[in-house]
Amino acid sequence: MNAGLHRFLELDLLPMLAGALAALTCGLLGNFLILRRLSLMGDAISHSVLPGLVIAFIITGTRDPIVMLLGAGFSGVATVVLVEVIRRYGRVDPGAAMGVTFSVLFALGVFLIEQAARQVDLDADCVLHGQPEHLGWTVPSDFGELFTPATLAAVPRQIWILLMMAMVTLVFIAMLFKELRIVSFDPQLATTQGVHAGVMHYMLMVLVAAATVASFEAVGSILVIAMLICPGVTARLLTDRLGSQLGVSAIVAIVAAVGGYWLGALGPSLVGFDTSVSAAGSMAVLAGVIFGLALLFAPRHGVMQQVRRQRQLATRVLIEDLIVTLKRAEDAGDTSVEQGQLAVVLRDAGTASRAIELAMREDLVLRAGESVSLSELGRERADGVLRAHRQWQSYLIEEAGYRPDHAHETAERLEHVDPKPGD
Amino acid sequence: MKADQVAVGGDPITVQARSVLDARPEHSADSPVSIHAMTVAYRRRPVLWDIDFDAPQQALVAIVGPNGAGKSTMIKACLGLVPMASGRVEFWGMPLRQARGRIGYVPQRESVDWEFPVSALDVVCMGRYRKIGWFRPVSRSHKMAAKECLDRVGMAEYADRQISQLSGGQQQRVFLARALAQEADLYFMDEPFAGVDASTERAIVEVLRELQQQGKSVICVHHDLATVGEYFDHALLLNMRVVASGPVAETVTQKNLHKTYGGRLTLLSEASEAVARSGV
Repeated sequence: MNAGLHRFLELDLLPMLAGALAALTCGLLGNFLILRRLSLMGDAISHSVLPGLVIAFIITGTRDPIVMLLGAGFSGVATVVLVEVIRRYGRVDPGAAMGVTFSVLFALGVFLIEQAARQVDLDADCVLHGQPEHLGWTVPSDFGELFTPATLAAVPRQIWILLMMAMVTLVFIAMLFKELRIVSFDPQLATTQGVHAGVMHYMLMVLVAAATVASFEAVGSILVIAMLICPGVTARLLTDRLGSQLGVSAIVAIVAAVGGYWLGALGPSLVGFDTSVSAAGSMAVLAGVIFGLALLFAPRHGVMQQVRRQRQLATRVLIEDLIVTLKRAEDAGDTSVEQGQLAVVLRDAGTASRAIELAMREDLVLRAGESVSLSELGRERADGVLRAHRQWQSYLIEEAGYRPDHAHETAERLEHVDPKPGD
Repeated sequence: MKADQVAVGGDPITVQARSVLDARPEHSADSPVSIHAMTVAYRRRPVLWDIDFDAPQQALVAIVGPNGAGKSTMIKACLGLVPMASGRVEFWGMPLRQARGRIGYVPQRESVDWEFPVSALDVVCMGRYRKIGWFRPVSRSHKMAAKECLDRVGMAEYADRQISQLSGGQQQRVFLARALAQEADLYFMDEPFAGVDASTERAIVEVLRELQQQGKSVICVHHDLATVGEYFDHALLLNMRVVASGPVAETVTQKNLHKTYGGRLTLLSEASEAVARSGV
């Protein structure tokens, strides 16, 4: 085995794997929180497991992972119940209910650590950031011994827990895909069909709580929160089906984790710093960057696409205003109009010449020197627009109850849109 | 069964007598749904008082009443979506648990998020989940059946559209198709005609008639008094209590409508007024 690969296996593989597994688990579960408009629930649960951990420790006196998992799972469910109770009886929106619950519970956890569990190594800071970099693995230098029981036994327990959690999540979603879909979309119908929405909700929340606990010892709760939200909303922007959304969110989560790990390890040295930054932090940041890119460039829901669509409409409005002006002049007996006159109607000279240029590109108008006239095609389009204008005007007056002298202005805007009334 | 459909109300003494549980006639096991002394309360404020109703077989029933009369709540209580403070609901003489598979539901269109990442066909397939069973994916034959239901409401060509790209009327038709996919014998529909275009309204009415001809029953929350007589053959006038129920022609009368909607006068206050007047 060459030295580089050996180094990678010993130092980098497990932290990266931990990040990827945690990201995958949280990223997949996050989809369902987002769809149910409970994105903050991940935030709430990951903060409020802290008192659960401490109380479990105080009661049992051990930091055994099973005990910790139970304590956290219990407080996770308690959080969900509390949020529901506060929302219902406090008559506040879910965001406020979640905010109240997790901030108070987290504070309680910090207080309990300070007061009751001081003597033990439960560090609130570590809960936030995690320490994936500390997951080392002692690897023999011979490939053949890589998968012997002794070598595998050297893999830290956090990795096994994360692996198990990822498997459970994958199986849960694969087996109950259809049930999760119906309870997320229409909980009432689901319940009448015998898929109890409340039960499914709590199952999901227990899983989120368990995933949070399994993850944050290794990677910290900041990464957990980021991964519960970022991959899901990114995928939501890129897809229109639940199945593909889940797939895309899984890919985004893994790319953010693996990419973020290398970025954290190598990024600073690329820009001249001699250190590396927190792996969990850089994973979360990369997840945010990927979301930002999706927000800008998503094919259907992206910002750029919306800007483009608005531009297209503006161009169309401009061209149609030009040809309608020409048509009205034509109907009044002028077969061509001077560009200077058009500048008055179309706001200014620059707009007018741009409109003429755009319209000429579509063969709607002809220009001879300074005078502009309609082509045959342009005349047809102008007729269409005027017809739409009249249709809208009469629709607004007759159906929508507009006053006749008010309808013209609104029809002026609506004539450019599809469909027309009566289509 | 007949006695139960006779209009309740008017005489306050009758109202009191009927609230004695033991005085009620036994419900018929033939009725697709029979509601017995249903009372529903939200946060201790009662929204439905002592509802008694037997739906006739193979009937199109409209639930009519003003806003806040508890129309949706009554449907939801029947379906177990809202807990009852007291009372009993039976379907063909069976409890809900045994009848679930034979009951279809069309919730209000606004009750779901139409931005949800599913296609029209996906939504219709949800109507078949109970038939498919837990853990199993939606098979091809179920998809075909769902597609047929979309076709019946004139939406076959929109099967692959994401639901946010459908108009309000089209969305309502998808909901209707989903109910058809449930292949139920009794349907509860919550304002299927709310905010739909004329052609959707016609399509829905057609489907309702079709269902009736197939021997099924439909119970609809309906807002438009003008079309009750045209679309439905039975009506239940509701304003926290049953004001009247029975065939539309006998039930939807000026007098009953006044009792249901009139001058903010609920049946209860009218009754207490009558009591005050007669000096009891």
